[in-house]
Amino acid sequence: MAPAAEAPLLEARELHVAYGAGVRALQGVSVRVAPGEVVALVGANGAGKTTLLKTLAGLLTPVAGEVWFDGRRIDDVPAPDRPRLGMALVPEGRRLFSRLTVAENLALGAFTNADPAHRRRMLERVWELFPVLSARAGQRAGTLSGGEGQMLAIARALMLRPRFLMLDEPSLGIMPRLVDAILDVLRRLHREERLAIFLVEQNVPAALDLADRGYVLQTGRIVLEAPSRDLLASDLVRKAYLGL
Amino acid sequence: MTLVLQAVVNGLEMGLVYALVAVGLAIIWGLMEMINFAHGELLMLGMFGAWWFSTTLHLDPLLAIPPVALVMFGVGRLIYTLLMRRVQRGETFAQIFATIGLFFFLQNSAVAAFTSDYRFVEGGLLSRLSGINLHLAGLSVGLPLLIAGALALVLFLALYLLVERTEFGLALQATSEDREAAMLVGIRPQRMFAVAWGLGAALVAVAGAILANFFAAYPQVGFPFTVLAYAIVALGGFGSILGTLLAALLVGVVQSVTVVYLPPAFKDAFVFASYLLIGLLRPQGLFGKF
Repeated sequence: MAPAAEAPLLEARELHVAYGAGVRALQGVSVRVAPGEVVALVGANGAGKTTLLKTLAGLLTPVAGEVWFDGRRIDDVPAPDRPRLGMALVPEGRRLFSRLTVAENLALGAFTNADPAHRRRMLERVWELFPVLSARAGQRAGTLSGGEGQMLAIARALMLRPRFLMLDEPSLGIMPRLVDAILDVLRRLHREERLAIFLVEQNVPAALDLADRGYVLQTGRIVLEAPSRDLLASDLVRKAYLGL
Repeated sequence: MTLVLQAVVNGLEMGLVYALVAVGLAIIWGLMEMINFAHGELLMLGMFGAWWFSTTLHLDPLLAIPPVALVMFGVGRLIYTLLMRRVQRGETFAQIFATIGLFFFLQNSAVAAFTSDYRFVEGGLLSRLSGINLHLAGLSVGLPLLIAGALALVLFLALYLLVERTEFGLALQATSEDREAAMLVGIRPQRMFAVAWGLGAALVAVAGAILANFFAAYPQVGFPFTVLAYAIVALGGFGSILGTLLAALLVGVVQSVTVVYLPPAFKDAFVFASYLLIGLLRPQGLFGKF
């Protein structure tokens, strides 16, 4: 079984992204994620991980390169039109609508699909994945704890039933027990719905445990790509990210 | 004592109309955090709309409200797409200068189109009812202003429900809090800003169409209302639509009670004095959410 050989669901080809005048954040990055595949992206702070995810979501415009999703070139599709294609990003720092309630945040997650039957199904699914959220439905999102907030951010991204989910540091600032709960939910989504996941995570062992494959990003370039097992065994990952 | 109570009642009636003047700005400035120094000029256009409607078409000026609202919704959207969208990402100064330019443009266009003469709306329902007062517990309530106030209150509450109780309103609030996060759930921020400008322009122009029954319309009529609207929104607190209503009522009452004891020239001095006082003691405004 070699999932990477399958026609990719998402593919970035030779992406170059720059901030301002000449500060190159990404320098020719190519990644691919097959349908139903879990792929991890590891790298130090400032390597360009968040930049890559934001570019895939359409929040940043590449100066060169292409983004393909589901057989279609999408780099000129505006960010607000991309969730409808079946992709979602859980951004770094959660970015909840803090003055709105948990239920209102979820309703906006399905903003582009007003079909009540779809919404009811998705809400049931989300309450089932994150039971703690249903107890907080009427509470303002800004009052949630870090872990609950992260669950809401993921739940909001799931409301359109994406086939491709990107997560940017979902364990940042969260209690270890809740990190495990969140990773378990991701594992379930992958298994039960064949959700493809592209995961940026500072907890490298946990990320590679979940992922089939991984990329290592250093100063804007992919320096290594391998199945998770091989990455865990590689000198680069052991020295740089596992501190062994 | 009755004199003061009477002044309070009059102030509340006026305050309801002020609420409608301010609520357009409460959306554009208070909620979406954009500057508009041409707010009063949109009100002026609403006044001229009602005047033109009643003198040219010989219809009741109150009937001008739906067409004025519709046209000015389009004008507000146009102001955003042609002008404000281009200065939105830069410094706040750019928005200040752009809308001051808009202020001069609208005012001078009105001079060119209508001259600087004072125009009076006549023959409408409200002017025929003038002089009729309702009497209650020794207080008298002018019927025309009461109708105007009730109309303003209904429109105000409609807007409140739109922003607080509909998904579209949630999307407006989400956009104002975090544009990128809004885009990630499929909201188009520029569309939200355009509709917010359309709503803001329509509401203040409708307030103008109502006010045209009580005040003369002329091209320079708007600016005092701009200042008043800024004071009311800041008093009520950013992001709080109901706070805007309460602040507007407060401003109406402060104005009319001041006039009982002091020469009318002082009425705005006391409004802005209370604005400064609350600004010092409660910078987030009376009911501010942020």
